Amino acid sequence: MSMLQTVLALLRRELTLAMRRRGDVLTVLFFFVIVASLFPLGVGPDAKLLRLMGGGVVWVAALLAAMLSLGRLFANDYADGTLEQLVLSPAPPVVWITGKILAHWLVSGVPLILMAPVLGVQYGLSSEALGVLVFSLLLGTPVLSLIGAVGAALTLGLRGGGVLVSLLVLPLYIPVLIFGAGAVDGAMAGLGAEAHLSLLGSILILAFLLTPWAVSAALRISIE
Amino acid sequence: MLEGKDLACVRGERTLFSHLNFILREGELLLVQGANGSGKTSLLRMVCGLLAPEFGDILWRGEKIGAVREGYHAEMAYFGHAPAVKEDLTAFENLDFACRLAGNPQGRDEVEGALGHLGLGHCLNLPAKSLSQGQRRRVALARMLLVKARLWILDEPLTALDQAALQLVQSLIGEHLQQGGMALLTTHQPVAIAGVEPRILKLTP
Repeated sequence: MSMLQTVLALLRRELTLAMRRRGDVLTVLFFFVIVASLFPLGVGPDAKLLRLMGGGVVWVAALLAAMLSLGRLFANDYADGTLEQLVLSPAPPVVWITGKILAHWLVSGVPLILMAPVLGVQYGLSSEALGVLVFSLLLGTPVLSLIGAVGAALTLGLRGGGVLVSLLVLPLYIPVLIFGAGAVDGAMAGLGAEAHLSLLGSILILAFLLTPWAVSAALRISIE
Repeated sequence: MLEGKDLACVRGERTLFSHLNFILREGELLLVQGANGSGKTSLLRMVCGLLAPEFGDILWRGEKIGAVREGYHAEMAYFGHAPAVKEDLTAFENLDFACRLAGNPQGRDEVEGALGHLGLGHCLNLPAKSLSQGQRRRVALARMLLVKARLWILDEPLTALDQAALQLVQSLIGEHLQQGGMALLTTHQPVAIAGVEPRILKLTP
Protein backbone atom coordinates (compact mmCIF):
# COMPACT_ATOMS: atom_id res chain seq x y z
CA MET A 1 0.00 0.00 0.00
CA SER A 2 2.73 2.40 0.92
CA MET A 3 4.43 1.62 -2.41
CA LEU A 4 1.33 2.72 -4.28
CA GLN A 5 1.25 5.90 -2.22
CA THR A 6 4.88 6.59 -3.08
CA VAL A 7 4.14 6.19 -6.79
CA LEU A 8 1.05 8.40 -6.54
CA ALA A 9 2.91 11.11 -4.65
CA LEU A 10 5.71 10.99 -7.21
CA LEU A 11 3.27 11.13 -10.15
CA ARG A 12 1.51 14.11 -8.64
CA ARG A 13 4.78 15.91 -8.11
CA GLU A 14 6.07 15.18 -11.62
CA LEU A 15 2.81 16.32 -13.23
CA THR A 16 2.77 19.51 -11.12
CA LEU A 17 6.33 20.21 -12.21
CA ALA A 18 5.40 19.60 -15.85
CA MET A 19 2.45 21.98 -15.53
CA ARG A 20 4.73 24.68 -14.13
CA ARG A 21 7.26 24.13 -16.91
CA ARG A 22 4.91 23.74 -19.85
CA GLY A 23 7.62 25.05 -22.18
CA ASP A 24 9.58 21.79 -21.84
CA VAL A 25 6.56 19.71 -22.84
CA LEU A 26 5.65 21.98 -25.75
CA THR A 27 9.23 22.00 -27.08
CA VAL A 28 9.14 18.24 -27.53
CA LEU A 29 5.73 18.38 -29.18
CA PHE A 30 6.73 21.14 -31.63
CA PHE A 31 9.93 19.26 -32.44
CA PHE A 32 7.80 16.23 -33.32
CA VAL A 33 5.56 18.30 -35.60
CA ILE A 34 8.44 20.09 -37.31
CA VAL A 35 10.48 16.95 -38.00
CA ALA A 36 7.43 15.25 -39.49
CA SER A 37 6.68 18.34 -41.61
CA LEU A 38 10.20 18.49 -43.07
CA PHE A 39 9.87 15.32 -45.14
CA PRO A 40 7.29 16.56 -47.68
CA LEU A 41 9.48 19.61 -48.25
CA GLY A 42 12.46 17.35 -48.90
CA VAL A 43 10.93 14.64 -51.09
CA GLY A 44 8.33 16.72 -52.92
CA PRO A 45 4.52 16.78 -52.88
CA ASP A 46 3.84 13.41 -54.53
CA ALA A 47 0.69 12.22 -52.72
CA LYS A 48 1.28 8.55 -53.44
CA LEU A 49 4.85 8.63 -52.15
CA LEU A 50 3.84 10.57 -49.04
CA ARG A 51 1.06 8.11 -48.28
CA LEU A 52 3.56 5.26 -48.49
CA MET A 53 6.08 6.82 -46.13
CA GLY A 54 3.66 8.57 -43.74
CA GLY A 55 3.67 5.90 -41.03
CA GLY A 56 7.44 5.58 -41.02
CA VAL A 57 8.00 9.34 -40.92
CA VAL A 58 5.69 9.83 -37.95
CA TRP A 59 7.42 6.98 -36.16
CA VAL A 60 10.93 8.31 -36.78
CA ALA A 61 9.83 11.76 -35.63
CA ALA A 62 8.34 10.23 -32.46
CA LEU A 63 11.61 8.40 -31.81
CA LEU A 64 13.66 11.58 -32.09
CA ALA A 65 11.21 13.59 -29.99
CA ALA A 66 11.22 10.95 -27.26
CA MET A 67 15.00 11.10 -27.20
CA LEU A 68 14.99 14.87 -26.91
CA SER A 69 12.99 14.63 -23.69
CA LEU A 70 15.31 12.12 -22.00
CA GLY A 71 17.67 14.78 -20.70
CA ARG A 72 15.11 15.94 -18.16
CA LEU A 73 14.30 12.51 -16.82
CA PHE A 74 16.92 12.34 -14.06
CA ALA A 75 19.23 15.31 -14.66
CA ASN A 76 17.20 17.91 -12.74
CA ASP A 77 16.68 15.62 -9.78
CA TYR A 78 20.38 14.81 -9.82
CA ALA A 79 21.41 18.46 -9.82
CA ASP A 80 19.19 19.60 -6.94
CA GLY A 81 19.77 16.59 -4.68
CA THR A 82 16.27 15.13 -5.03
CA LEU A 83 17.67 11.99 -6.63
CA GLU A 84 19.73 11.26 -3.51
CA GLN A 85 16.59 11.58 -1.42
CA LEU A 86 14.74 9.21 -3.75
CA VAL A 87 17.55 6.67 -3.49
CA LEU A 88 17.51 7.02 0.31
CA SER A 89 13.75 6.59 0.61
CA PRO A 90 12.53 3.36 2.19
CA ALA A 91 10.57 2.47 -0.97
CA PRO A 92 12.25 -0.10 -3.24
CA PRO A 93 14.10 1.72 -6.07
CA VAL A 94 12.22 -0.18 -8.78
CA VAL A 95 8.95 1.26 -7.48
CA TRP A 96 9.83 4.94 -7.72
CA ILE A 97 11.83 4.42 -10.91
CA THR A 98 8.75 2.91 -12.55
CA GLY A 99 6.78 5.91 -11.26
CA LYS A 100 9.25 8.34 -12.77
CA ILE A 101 9.22 6.57 -16.14
CA LEU A 102 5.42 6.50 -16.11
CA ALA A 103 5.36 10.24 -15.41
CA HIS A 104 7.87 10.80 -18.24
CA TRP A 105 5.64 8.89 -20.63
CA LEU A 106 2.53 10.81 -19.56
CA VAL A 107 4.29 14.12 -20.10
CA SER A 108 6.30 13.42 -23.25
CA GLY A 109 4.78 10.29 -24.84
CA VAL A 110 1.04 10.92 -24.58
CA PRO A 111 1.13 14.34 -26.31
CA LEU A 112 2.88 12.67 -29.27
CA ILE A 113 0.14 10.04 -29.48
CA LEU A 114 -2.52 12.73 -29.47
CA MET A 115 -0.74 14.74 -32.16
CA ALA A 116 0.09 11.76 -34.42
CA PRO A 117 -3.33 11.45 -36.14
CA VAL A 118 -3.13 15.08 -37.24
CA LEU A 119 0.22 14.42 -38.91
CA GLY A 120 -1.04 11.13 -40.32
CA VAL A 121 -3.98 12.88 -42.00
CA GLN A 122 -1.58 15.28 -43.67
CA TYR A 123 0.26 12.32 -45.15
CA GLY A 124 -3.05 10.98 -46.43
CA LEU A 125 -3.14 7.82 -44.31
CA SER A 126 -6.41 5.87 -44.47
CA SER A 127 -8.61 5.92 -41.38
CA GLU A 128 -7.73 2.31 -40.63
CA ALA A 129 -4.02 3.09 -40.87
CA LEU A 130 -4.52 6.11 -38.59
CA GLY A 131 -6.08 3.87 -35.96
CA VAL A 132 -3.17 1.44 -36.22
CA LEU A 133 -0.69 4.34 -36.03
CA VAL A 134 -2.21 5.58 -32.77
CA PHE A 135 -2.41 2.09 -31.32
CA SER A 136 1.18 1.27 -32.29
CA LEU A 137 2.37 4.52 -30.68
CA LEU A 138 0.33 3.65 -27.58
CA LEU A 139 2.26 0.39 -27.30
CA GLY A 140 5.58 1.77 -28.52
CA THR A 141 6.11 5.13 -26.80
CA PRO A 142 6.19 3.58 -23.28
CA VAL A 143 9.02 1.36 -24.55
CA LEU A 144 10.84 4.48 -25.74
CA SER A 145 10.56 5.96 -22.22
CA LEU A 146 11.59 2.68 -20.55
CA ILE A 147 14.66 2.07 -22.72
CA GLY A 148 15.52 5.77 -22.75
CA ALA A 149 15.53 5.79 -18.94
CA VAL A 150 18.40 3.28 -18.94
CA GLY A 151 20.41 5.55 -21.24
CA ALA A 152 19.55 8.64 -19.21
CA ALA A 153 20.61 6.92 -15.98
CA LEU A 154 23.88 5.66 -17.45
CA THR A 155 24.92 9.08 -18.80
CA LEU A 156 23.89 11.01 -15.71
CA GLY A 157 26.44 13.62 -14.70
CA LEU A 158 28.66 13.00 -17.74
CA ARG A 159 29.88 15.81 -19.95
CA GLY A 160 28.18 15.68 -23.34
CA GLY A 161 25.67 13.22 -21.94
CA GLY A 162 23.04 14.43 -24.42
CA VAL A 163 24.93 13.18 -27.48
CA LEU A 164 26.05 10.03 -25.73
CA VAL A 165 22.51 9.13 -24.77
CA SER A 166 21.45 9.23 -28.43
CA LEU A 167 24.28 6.89 -29.41
CA LEU A 168 23.32 4.50 -26.62
CA VAL A 169 19.59 4.60 -27.03
CA LEU A 170 18.86 4.97 -30.76
CA PRO A 171 20.15 1.50 -31.74
CA LEU A 172 17.95 0.01 -29.02
CA TYR A 173 14.95 1.88 -30.43
CA ILE A 174 15.30 0.10 -33.79
CA PRO A 175 13.03 -2.91 -33.03
CA VAL A 176 10.31 -0.55 -31.82
CA LEU A 177 10.62 1.47 -35.02
CA ILE A 178 10.53 -1.63 -37.24
CA PHE A 179 7.41 -3.09 -35.66
CA GLY A 180 5.67 0.25 -35.14
CA ALA A 181 6.14 1.47 -38.70
CA GLY A 182 5.60 -2.07 -39.97
CA ALA A 183 2.17 -2.18 -38.33
CA VAL A 184 1.11 0.98 -40.16
CA ASP A 185 2.49 -0.33 -43.46
CA GLY A 186 0.65 -3.59 -42.96
CA ALA A 187 -2.61 -1.76 -42.41
CA MET A 188 -2.00 0.39 -45.51
CA ALA A 189 -1.32 -2.67 -47.65
CA GLY A 190 -4.38 -4.44 -46.29
CA LEU A 191 -2.28 -7.21 -44.75
CA GLY A 192 -3.38 -6.52 -41.18
CA ALA A 193 -1.30 -5.20 -38.33
CA GLU A 194 -1.89 -7.84 -35.67
CA ALA A 195 1.47 -9.57 -35.98
CA HIS A 196 3.44 -6.35 -35.64
CA LEU A 197 1.27 -5.05 -32.83
CA SER A 198 1.56 -8.23 -30.78
CA LEU A 199 5.33 -8.17 -31.15
CA LEU A 200 5.30 -4.52 -30.05
CA GLY A 201 3.15 -5.52 -27.07
CA SER A 202 5.58 -8.24 -26.04
CA ILE A 203 8.50 -5.80 -26.31
CA LEU A 204 6.55 -3.48 -24.01
CA ILE A 205 5.99 -6.20 -21.41
CA LEU A 206 9.63 -7.26 -21.55
CA ALA A 207 10.88 -3.66 -21.25
CA PHE A 208 8.47 -2.96 -18.37
CA LEU A 209 9.75 -5.96 -16.44
CA LEU A 210 13.47 -5.53 -17.08
CA THR A 211 14.42 -1.88 -17.57
CA PRO A 212 13.56 -0.56 -14.07
CA TRP A 213 16.15 -2.96 -12.64
CA ALA A 214 18.73 -1.80 -15.15
CA VAL A 215 17.92 1.84 -14.34
CA SER A 216 18.29 1.12 -10.63
CA ALA A 217 21.74 -0.40 -11.16
CA ALA A 218 22.80 2.43 -13.49
CA LEU A 219 21.67 5.12 -11.04
CA ARG A 220 23.59 3.47 -8.22
CA ILE A 221 26.75 3.73 -10.30
CA SER A 222 26.08 7.29 -11.49
CA ILE A 223 25.29 8.62 -8.04
CA GLU A 224 28.50 7.34 -6.43
CA MET B 1 23.05 1.95 17.37
CA LEU B 2 25.20 2.78 14.38
CA GLU B 3 28.61 1.24 14.05
CA GLY B 4 31.40 1.63 11.52
CA LYS B 5 33.97 -1.13 11.42
CA ASP B 6 37.37 -0.85 9.81
CA LEU B 7 36.12 1.45 7.05
CA ALA B 8 38.28 2.50 4.15
CA CYS B 9 37.51 4.95 1.39
CA VAL B 10 39.37 5.18 -1.92
CA ARG B 11 38.53 7.87 -4.45
CA GLY B 12 40.35 7.49 -7.71
CA GLU B 13 43.87 6.44 -6.81
CA ARG B 14 43.92 8.10 -3.41
CA THR B 15 43.10 6.50 -0.08
CA LEU B 16 41.14 9.09 1.88
CA PHE B 17 40.95 7.14 5.11
CA SER B 18 41.35 3.57 6.28
CA HIS B 19 40.87 1.49 9.46
CA LEU B 20 38.20 3.90 10.63
CA ASN B 21 36.02 2.74 13.52
CA PHE B 22 33.18 4.52 15.27
CA ILE B 23 30.13 3.81 17.39
CA LEU B 24 27.11 6.09 17.70
CA ARG B 25 24.55 5.32 20.41
CA GLU B 26 21.14 6.81 21.19
CA GLY B 27 21.39 10.40 22.34
CA GLU B 28 24.92 10.87 21.05
CA LEU B 29 26.44 13.30 18.60
CA LEU B 30 29.38 12.33 16.45
CA LEU B 31 31.31 15.21 14.97
CA VAL B 32 33.36 14.35 11.91
CA GLN B 33 36.33 16.63 11.49
CA GLY B 34 39.07 16.92 8.94
CA ALA B 35 40.58 19.23 6.36
CA ASN B 36 38.95 19.85 2.99
CA GLY B 37 39.22 16.73 0.89
CA SER B 38 39.80 14.43 3.85
CA GLY B 39 36.69 12.39 3.03
CA LYS B 40 34.06 13.81 5.38
CA THR B 41 31.33 13.89 2.77
CA SER B 42 32.42 10.49 1.43
CA LEU B 43 32.13 9.04 4.93
CA LEU B 44 28.65 10.47 5.36
CA ARG B 45 27.53 9.20 1.96
CA MET B 46 28.93 5.83 2.92
CA VAL B 47 26.98 5.80 6.15
CA CYS B 48 23.82 6.72 4.19
CA GLY B 49 24.34 3.88 1.77
CA LEU B 50 24.95 6.09 -1.28
CA LEU B 51 28.56 5.02 -1.55
CA ALA B 52 29.89 1.51 -1.02
CA PRO B 53 32.90 1.37 1.32
CA GLU B 54 36.09 0.07 -0.26
CA PHE B 55 36.58 -2.03 2.83
CA GLY B 56 34.76 -2.63 6.11
CA ASP B 57 31.11 -2.62 7.19
CA ILE B 58 28.53 -0.22 8.50
CA LEU B 59 26.15 -1.80 10.97
CA TRP B 60 22.72 -0.54 12.05
CA ARG B 61 21.55 -2.29 15.23
CA GLY B 62 24.17 -4.96 14.59
CA GLU B 63 23.21 -5.71 10.97
CA LYS B 64 24.84 -4.54 7.77
CA ILE B 65 22.96 -1.59 6.33
CA GLY B 66 22.75 -3.26 2.93
CA ALA B 67 20.86 -6.18 4.47
CA VAL B 68 18.30 -4.03 6.33
CA ARG B 69 18.11 -1.23 3.74
CA GLU B 70 14.39 -0.47 3.91
CA GLY B 71 14.20 -0.41 7.68
CA TYR B 72 17.41 1.59 7.92
CA HIS B 73 16.34 4.21 5.40
CA ALA B 74 12.99 4.55 7.13
CA GLU B 75 14.85 5.61 10.30
CA MET B 76 17.49 7.78 8.67
CA ALA B 77 17.37 11.28 7.25
CA TYR B 78 20.16 12.79 5.19
CA PHE B 79 20.92 16.46 4.73
CA GLY B 80 23.42 16.81 1.91
CA HIS B 81 25.18 19.61 0.06
CA ALA B 82 22.26 20.02 -2.33
CA PRO B 83 19.13 20.92 -0.37
CA ALA B 84 16.81 18.69 -2.48
CA VAL B 85 14.34 21.54 -2.85
CA LYS B 86 12.58 21.84 -6.21
CA GLU B 87 12.54 25.42 -7.48
CA ASP B 88 9.20 25.12 -9.22
CA LEU B 89 7.36 23.76 -6.19
CA THR B 90 6.28 25.73 -3.14
CA ALA B 91 7.90 25.11 0.23
CA PHE B 92 4.79 23.21 1.29
CA GLU B 93 4.74 21.01 -1.83
CA ASN B 94 8.42 20.23 -1.38
CA LEU B 95 8.00 19.18 2.23
CA ASP B 96 4.73 17.35 1.61
CA PHE B 97 6.41 15.21 -1.04
CA ALA B 98 9.48 14.58 1.13
CA CYS B 99 7.25 13.32 3.97
CA ARG B 100 5.25 11.04 1.69
CA LEU B 101 8.46 9.69 0.20
CA ALA B 102 9.75 8.90 3.68
CA GLY B 103 6.49 7.00 4.29
CA ASN B 104 5.44 9.52 6.89
CA PRO B 105 2.73 11.84 5.47
CA GLN B 106 2.09 14.98 7.51
CA GLY B 107 -0.81 17.40 7.57
CA ARG B 108 -0.62 21.01 6.41
CA ASP B 109 -0.51 22.22 10.04
CA GLU B 110 2.52 20.10 10.88
CA VAL B 111 4.36 21.34 7.80
CA GLU B 112 3.48 24.94 8.63
CA GLY B 113 4.60 24.33 12.21
CA ALA B 114 7.97 22.97 11.15
CA LEU B 115 8.53 25.85 8.74
CA GLY B 116 7.47 28.31 11.42
CA HIS B 117 9.96 26.71 13.77
CA LEU B 118 12.68 27.59 11.29
CA GLY B 119 11.35 31.10 10.78
CA LEU B 120 9.80 30.46 7.38
CA GLY B 121 6.12 30.31 8.36
CA HIS B 122 5.27 33.02 5.82
CA CYS B 123 6.94 31.11 2.95
CA LEU B 124 4.59 28.11 3.00
CA ASN B 125 3.06 28.88 -0.40
CA LEU B 126 5.97 30.65 -2.03
CA PRO B 127 7.71 28.88 -4.91
CA ALA B 128 11.17 27.80 -3.77
CA LYS B 129 12.82 29.75 -6.58
CA SER B 130 11.87 32.96 -4.79
CA LEU B 131 13.72 31.79 -1.66
CA SER B 132 17.38 32.55 -1.00
CA GLN B 133 20.01 29.81 -0.67
CA GLY B 134 19.92 30.09 3.11
CA GLN B 135 16.13 29.88 3.14
CA ARG B 136 16.22 26.79 0.94
CA ARG B 137 18.57 25.16 3.40
CA ARG B 138 16.10 26.02 6.14
CA VAL B 139 13.36 24.29 4.16
CA ALA B 140 15.62 21.25 3.95
CA LEU B 141 16.12 21.43 7.72
CA ALA B 142 12.35 21.56 8.20
CA ARG B 143 12.26 18.27 6.31
CA MET B 144 14.57 16.76 8.94
CA LEU B 145 12.07 17.76 11.63
CA LEU B 146 9.07 16.40 9.72
CA VAL B 147 10.25 12.97 8.64
CA LYS B 148 10.86 12.01 12.28
CA ALA B 149 13.94 9.93 11.65
CA ARG B 150 16.01 8.53 14.48
CA LEU B 151 19.37 9.04 12.83
CA TRP B 152 20.26 12.41 11.34
CA ILE B 153 23.16 12.58 8.93
CA LEU B 154 24.04 16.22 8.40
CA ASP B 155 26.66 17.35 5.91
CA GLU B 156 27.68 20.93 6.69
CA PRO B 157 24.27 21.99 8.00
CA LEU B 158 25.62 25.26 9.34
CA THR B 159 26.89 26.82 6.12
CA ALA B 160 24.93 29.65 4.49
CA LEU B 161 22.93 30.26 7.67
CA ASP B 162 22.69 33.50 9.62
CA GLN B 163 23.65 33.85 13.28
CA ALA B 164 20.12 33.26 14.60
CA ALA B 165 19.70 30.17 12.46
CA LEU B 166 23.03 28.79 13.66
CA GLN B 167 21.75 28.88 17.23
CA LEU B 168 18.42 27.45 16.16
CA VAL B 169 19.92 24.49 14.27
CA GLN B 170 22.15 23.65 17.21
CA SER B 171 19.21 23.71 19.59
CA LEU B 172 17.20 21.53 17.17
CA ILE B 173 20.01 18.98 17.15
CA GLY B 174 20.08 19.17 20.96
CA GLU B 175 16.32 18.45 21.17
CA HIS B 176 16.68 15.59 18.71
CA LEU B 177 19.39 14.01 20.86
CA GLN B 178 17.38 14.46 24.04
CA GLN B 179 14.54 12.50 22.48
CA GLY B 180 16.91 9.58 21.99
CA GLY B 181 17.96 10.48 18.47
CA MET B 182 21.43 10.22 17.00
CA ALA B 183 23.29 12.68 14.83
CA LEU B 184 26.33 12.46 12.62
CA LEU B 185 27.60 15.88 11.68
CA THR B 186 30.34 17.53 9.68
CA THR B 187 31.10 21.19 10.10
CA HIS B 188 33.97 23.63 10.09
CA GLN B 189 32.25 25.85 12.62
CA PRO B 190 32.45 25.42 16.39
CA VAL B 191 29.50 23.45 17.72
CA ALA B 192 28.09 24.11 21.17
CA ILE B 193 25.03 22.09 22.08
CA ALA B 194 23.78 22.38 25.64
CA GLY B 195 24.08 19.18 27.66
CA VAL B 196 25.84 17.25 24.91
CA GLU B 197 29.50 16.44 24.73
CA PRO B 198 30.10 15.64 21.07
CA ARG B 199 32.38 12.76 20.25
CA ILE B 200 34.99 13.75 17.72
CA LEU B 201 36.01 11.61 14.77
CA LYS B 202 39.14 12.93 13.08
CA LEU B 203 39.77 11.88 9.52
CA THR B 204 43.42 11.40 8.61
CA PRO B 205 44.85 9.52 5.67
